[in-house]
Amino acid sequence: MAEKRILLGNCGVIDPQNIETYLARDGFKAYEKARKMKPQGIVEEIKKSGLTGRGGAGFPCGLKWELAHNTKAKMKYLICNADEGEVGQFKDKYLLSKDPFTLIEGMLIAGLAIGAQQAYIYLRAEYHFLYDQLCRAVAQAKEKGFLKHTDIQVFEGAGAYVCGEESALMNSIEGRRGESRFKPPYPPTCGLWDMPTIINNVETLMNVPHIINNGGAWFSAMGTKRSKGTKVFCVSGDVARPGVYELEMGSSLKELVVDLAGAAGIKAVQVGGSTGAFIPARMIDTPLSHETCLGSGAIVVLNSDRDIVDIVYNNMHFLNEESCGKCTPCREGTEVMLEILGRLIKGEGASGDISKLEDLARTMALASLCGLGQAAAVPVLDSLKYFRDEYTDLIDQSLFLRSYLGSESYKSEEAVI
Amino acid sequence: MSAAGKETPSAAANRKELLPALKQEFGKNGSLSKTVMTSLAEKTGLPLNEIYSVSTFYSYLPVATTGKNIIRVCGCLPCDMKDARGVIGSIKKELGIEPGQTTADGKFSVEQVGCIGACDQAPAMMINDRLYGNLTPAGIAEILKSY
Repeated sequence: MAEKRILLGNCGVIDPQNIETYLARDGFKAYEKARKMKPQGIVEEIKKSGLTGRGGAGFPCGLKWELAHNTKAKMKYLICNADEGEVGQFKDKYLLSKDPFTLIEGMLIAGLAIGAQQAYIYLRAEYHFLYDQLCRAVAQAKEKGFLKHTDIQVFEGAGAYVCGEESALMNSIEGRRGESRFKPPYPPTCGLWDMPTIINNVETLMNVPHIINNGGAWFSAMGTKRSKGTKVFCVSGDVARPGVYELEMGSSLKELVVDLAGAAGIKAVQVGGSTGAFIPARMIDTPLSHETCLGSGAIVVLNSDRDIVDIVYNNMHFLNEESCGKCTPCREGTEVMLEILGRLIKGEGASGDISKLEDLARTMALASLCGLGQAAAVPVLDSLKYFRDEYTDLIDQSLFLRSYLGSESYKSEEAVI
Repeated sequence: MSAAGKETPSAAANRKELLPALKQEFGKNGSLSKTVMTSLAEKTGLPLNEIYSVSTFYSYLPVATTGKNIIRVCGCLPCDMKDARGVIGSIKKELGIEPGQTTADGKFSVEQVGCIGACDQAPAMMINDRLYGNLTPAGIAEILKSY
């Protein structure tokens, strides 16, 4: 199977600064069609398509919209999550820079479906260079008279990974610290300023015009049982051709990283960014879907020269920095994991370290407030599952070093010397 | 649940302007001093500690004075795998400062940051809003000279 460019279809073809070039390619045709439909009808079409959230969680989009559609309120909001902070991910940047109009059209259809009067595009501060172009695209759509029922405003973040988490993102728009909220209530019933709010990723919303144009059945014919349509992936790391690729859901990891991106001598692939799963080379035929592993589509390829514990340490360093600090399991858990992993790398490991990591991982997954802490230990557990010997080797080396040097500098009650 | 109930209605309404206002003030002054925050507190009706609390949460709203140009070097996995450490080492050597510091002449601040979304051009850094990709330690001096 080759690349299937649906979302990337306009990229490099239209002029992102000029709405006329988008209109010339049947732009806003889906929007005109949706305007003639009942909001419930739009929701039904999206439900039929089986579209799932592309930001990482994979929640059924139609179901989410239906919740907001059915909630009665004097104000409803739509937010496009363009706070792309995941490690190894740059697809939203690519899509926004090449084709802002499909996103705007998707947002307007979503606005019709749920009855949102106000919509925001939450753009991460690091993508400030896209701000003017995005504002211009919105202004052009407004001039054409498309924004009458749902106004769109570009809102810039201020530098915080956790604001990609939906409740933290809403706090940020409200002018608060970007800390996660307790759930429930969930945003479709009680979100931004306590009003019903739908938050969708850039890529999710960009699928919407295609679904309305071609029908839910067309979309659901692509992909696997639970993962419909295509997915945009970002490949980086040890590959010859890093970049953005679009494949049908269920395509194999091998096709993406070997055939398209040109990876060789693979040891493992991390799928889903800093909290992503590790797929060892022997499982390279794994299909990419919600059923197996997918996350947000960030793919980092590691070749046989890479030390897995080093990689996990780097991930944990990032998560520890970016933890918002509100809940203890995430704030302290990432700190302790970083400390243990750091000791292992420095040759100061102790024999109880692995069980400590596993114990902590369970607690963090169960007790953290949001996805950051819940998933922070995924790379640790996955690497222990597939590359446990690298951990035990580091511990053995540490124990040997200590006995050889006779060092008393590090003591652990579990340490068996 | 939000804490909006505790605020006066006008302060709650002003709150949504806080982040853009803080950014604007930072852009004007190069730092968010106590004076700036106090005047924002008066304007919005929000307590000063709340404004301080919000600004210290976000990396783009530094409370300390920064240099005229802010260098943000990515240290995340894809960049780290392509010798981001060498690039950071080269910046340190050129400017004589560590990440988190500002040069004595106030020209540069250096920060090591999380993913900046340029993993296909790793290692990468941003100077202010400009992105530099496919960096080499040897090429740093020339880039810095252009500022």
